[in-house]
Amino acid sequence: MKRRDIALAGALLIVIAFVGVTIWHFIAPQTTEQGTSPSPQTTKEISINGAGATFPFPLYDKWISEYCKARPNVKINYQPIGSGGGIRAHIDKTVHFAASDAPLSEEQLRRAPGTLHIPMTIGAVVVVYNLPGAPEGLNFSGEVLAKIFLGEITRWSDPAIVALNPGVQLPDKEIVVVHRSDSSGTTYVFTDYLSTVSQKWEEKVGRGVSVSWPAPRAIGAKGNDGVVVTVQQTPYSIGYVEFTYAMKTRLPYGKLMNAAGEYIEPNIESIKKAVEYVAVELPRGDESWSTVSIARSLARNVQARGAYPIVSFSYIMVYKELSTLPGMDEATARALVDFLWWCVHEGQNYAAELYYVPLPPRVVKLNEDTLEMITFNGQRVLRS
Amino acid sequence: MAGQTKTAHFFDKLPHDKRRPRALITGDKAFKAFTASVASIVVLIIGLMTYYLYLGSRPSIDRFGAGFIVGTEWDPVKGAFGALPLILGTLTTSALALLIALPLSLGVALALSEYMPKKFSNVFSFLVELLAAVPSVVYGLWGLYVLIPFLREVVYPPIRSSLGFLPLFSGPIYGGGVLTASLLLAIMITPIMSAIMRDLFALTPSTLKEAAIALGATKWEAVKLMISYARSGIVAATILGLGRALGEAMAVTMVIGNKFQLLPSSLFDAWYTMAAILANEFIEATDELHISALINVGLLLLVINLIVLICARLIVWRYLKVAGGIMRE
Repeated sequence: MKRRDIALAGALLIVIAFVGVTIWHFIAPQTTEQGTSPSPQTTKEISINGAGATFPFPLYDKWISEYCKARPNVKINYQPIGSGGGIRAHIDKTVHFAASDAPLSEEQLRRAPGTLHIPMTIGAVVVVYNLPGAPEGLNFSGEVLAKIFLGEITRWSDPAIVALNPGVQLPDKEIVVVHRSDSSGTTYVFTDYLSTVSQKWEEKVGRGVSVSWPAPRAIGAKGNDGVVVTVQQTPYSIGYVEFTYAMKTRLPYGKLMNAAGEYIEPNIESIKKAVEYVAVELPRGDESWSTVSIARSLARNVQARGAYPIVSFSYIMVYKELSTLPGMDEATARALVDFLWWCVHEGQNYAAELYYVPLPPRVVKLNEDTLEMITFNGQRVLRS
Repeated sequence: MAGQTKTAHFFDKLPHDKRRPRALITGDKAFKAFTASVASIVVLIIGLMTYYLYLGSRPSIDRFGAGFIVGTEWDPVKGAFGALPLILGTLTTSALALLIALPLSLGVALALSEYMPKKFSNVFSFLVELLAAVPSVVYGLWGLYVLIPFLREVVYPPIRSSLGFLPLFSGPIYGGGVLTASLLLAIMITPIMSAIMRDLFALTPSTLKEAAIALGATKWEAVKLMISYARSGIVAATILGLGRALGEAMAVTMVIGNKFQLLPSSLFDAWYTMAAILANEFIEATDELHISALINVGLLLLVINLIVLICARLIVWRYLKVAGGIMRE
């Protein structure tokens, strides 16, 4: 009897919530229109849909709220369903823009011809560790990292690690490797780097959003926050996380040796520098980006002083000819391009406070050229 | 089943009354049609689900065939997929969880229905039902932030130092792992199991208990009689718990360590389950074979669930036949 009451109350609650949401849905747009009505021609409601990568979601969310604050007739909806889902939605043309941490592969590009790649923000992968008694900022090299994650170096006191850190007392304890269990762009960037610096890694494991981890003492944790918590809780462990997460927690993180032979601490400056070195060799927005890898370019560049080696772009993808999207009209196309233009310029100012790295000027210029290519029914969308 | 035939018989024997209002008859028919259509929706959903899972896993089935079930490699980069470690991990953690949860929930249910004063038991019953409604991701977070540190610091070290001579309890302690996942699953399925069992005990005829006590049985002996009376219901509750344990993804993946290996070195080692790998890899999978292999895992999970449920049903029917004397009939 009591249980039935609870069920009844629950059902009632759902009904009330449903009715409430429905009523709010009808009332809300009217109230916002009453609140701000400076320009009479902006009465038409425009809604833009995007989906994809989870890594840049906090930044995109901020951009959307800031952008729409000044433009009450524009609604932008971004769903962080993952890069894979974003790419699928882009190919199926179910969204106006898609976001992905990886560029389209040649195969994907064939299925989505006319795709423009717009690098929106920059991410970096940071090595974090939990080593009681050891200082912050231990030095690592790509080769040693690959051996640790391959399970060839199993103890913290291994001569290879000691050689990189002269004068540091390293405990004679076994290393616990912590990796991402969910497939993710972070894993792709990290394994892409390891494949670049270690031939053995490339042959045995390779690069991918999820890989088969060879180290015997390894645990998989879900999400960046899962890795952070697991490393925090597990003494003598090592893991890799997205730069933003490493900055938000108090975990010690390692310095990495770059191709120039320096040990570089991950920070906004060193990450921005890395992109600056690579920016000269980036393709145009309408070309294929499938081979673009900042980590791989940096590994070849012995001149890249002060550049942090594991860095990657996060992209937004749109079609060059927007009229090919079902349900797209000219006003929406204009709003979409205007939004992207705003993100590339004003939007970059919000990056640093959220621990994202703003785009260097050369990449901004590249994106300007890309946005100018966008057309609707053959007409350039961007008004000069 | 016997009950059903009896009721049908009862309705057939009703005298044919010409003055019976017509509306009642059409109402009966409409209701019968309604229930039949609702019931067939369930069958339809399961049928469609299986069909689409099969459709989605075709590339994987064509490529690996039965080798998928016995394969021990999972490498999305090289496109090699096999699910045996996942199957073993799923069955082991669920079985362990059930082993822990069954006595626990039986105890909770008996305490609530028999031993606790009425006013306490009302509050506690409500709390148990509340626990059954907590989303699994909350259990997962609690497991990650509270249970894992507690087990690693307080519980596991003494277990290893006293039982370490057994291979099951030796080896490194990470905190997360097979035993942690099983414990968390047990905690998750105990509320639903004990809530059902409490209702079962509340439904046992008081005459049964009174008769036992009148014959000089102690309270414990009377309770034993009740348990055996409610036995088939207890099995049903256990099946429900088992179903939840087999299919649990989010909470398990947060505490099991997600290590793809055929057998863990001990109960403290990390492992993987079928539902966990789906929760982990499905979102970002882009390669067609990878997606198909994941859907194939989903299909296998459905089949394993079906087999487990059928086995459990068979056990229940067997019980009913053997112990038919004092049960129901």
